Amino acid sequence: MRFVDEYRSGEVARRLAEQIAGLVEPGRHYKLMEVCGGHTHAIYKHGVEDLLPDEIELVHGPGCPVCVIPMGRQDDAIAIAMDPEVIFTTFGDMLRVPASDGSLLDAKARGADVRMVYSPLDALRIARENPDREVVFFAIGFETTTPSTAVTLLRARDEGIENFSVFANHVTIIPAIRSILDSPDLRLQGFIGPGHVSTVIGNKPYEFICRDYGLPIVVSGFEPLDVLQGVYMIMKQLSEGRAEVENQYSRVVRPEGNPTALRAIAKTMELRTTFEWRGLGFIPQSALKLRAEFAQWDAEVRRRVPGIRVADPKACQCGEVLKGVIKPWQCKVFGTSCTPDRPIGTCMVSSEGACAAYYNYGRHAGRRTREAAVR
Amino acid sequence: MCLGIPGQIVEWVDEEHHIAKAQVSNVRRAVNVGLLAEGPDAVGIGDWVLIHVGFAMSKIDEEEAKATHEFLLMLGDPYHEELAELKGSAIE
Repeated sequence: MRFVDEYRSGEVARRLAEQIAGLVEPGRHYKLMEVCGGHTHAIYKHGVEDLLPDEIELVHGPGCPVCVIPMGRQDDAIAIAMDPEVIFTTFGDMLRVPASDGSLLDAKARGADVRMVYSPLDALRIARENPDREVVFFAIGFETTTPSTAVTLLRARDEGIENFSVFANHVTIIPAIRSILDSPDLRLQGFIGPGHVSTVIGNKPYEFICRDYGLPIVVSGFEPLDVLQGVYMIMKQLSEGRAEVENQYSRVVRPEGNPTALRAIAKTMELRTTFEWRGLGFIPQSALKLRAEFAQWDAEVRRRVPGIRVADPKACQCGEVLKGVIKPWQCKVFGTSCTPDRPIGTCMVSSEGACAAYYNYGRHAGRRTREAAVR
Repeated sequence: MCLGIPGQIVEWVDEEHHIAKAQVSNVRRAVNVGLLAEGPDAVGIGDWVLIHVGFAMSKIDEEEAKATHEFLLMLGDPYHEELAELKGSAIE
């Protein structure tokens, strides 16, 4: 219980943990998936699982945007970056992701002009400052970051900036959740819904989880107490036989989401017929591409992108980690040949990846996680 | 990249393009507030917001901003990396 003291209110956490334990039906095992990588990080860092009764297992989901990009897309990114005409701009998280032949950082060492940016608007500024170069922005992320790419595209069009383009890899969370629900590998009892994605999409898109699969989902914040309260609300629904979308994070998430952000996305992007996810394979209508009106700013139209499909390294089990089928420490290469310094898979690269989070904090975790780690 | 970091809007830079300066911890940088330009969550000078990749995505109150800041400090490295990246940002 030592982690309780780190919580905003240790007393509230203790009381919540007791109430959760009181809702457990004897003999029943509960698998609850936290969809978002931010939750995974907080859960490991603060040892949330150690506050839960043994019957409740938290399963880590696919909501880490760095983790779900398949190796082929990373190869494509590097192919674009190696063109001497191009200044390739990317969030820092993608720099170290291994592709077939090294990472973007390795490409930079080989002479590619790869620059880390904080925002797509920084990429647009670089395009303004370098009118004789082609500036490509590597756009990744769920609905949390998609609006920023959309607004940047609108700005590029309004200003007539012609040497800027976007390599779009934005993914959408709902088809990924549906794919996991349809997978025979995993039987879940409920979801901790992603907080920041929901500030954009709102609560309504999750209703199918309750209606079609009879499961509860509680959109939750990122602090340990938020996660605990989210678990409590799911357990309460289960004990009362309810399956509803509830919002624990109402201090930030509006039920309708952010209509301005959704409009910006709709103006600039549309669904792809299908998109490959690392570990989950091809999922129909699960990612966005630029609309035809924005072809001029679409790196996949403007540049030569190889588009080759590449299988993950055999030793890497990121796919099973992303589907929640295995825990990070159950992967054969976890902590041995795959570490944050020398990652084989994406889940070990991003701080939101389950493997990196467990590697960094797991050793500080309590009884249950430690026992699991030596199994 | 996915961390929402709390900041206070302190001055306009380019109101037409919804660019304003935000104070985030000890860093002051320009962010885009266009996604919170209308409706009940419309923001102005003095308001607190959660910022993702240079865009204010949600309006929050001061208490929530302070609590989130404390939580992020506890999270450690990912927050410091995010602040370092924000420091390198020069949105126009």
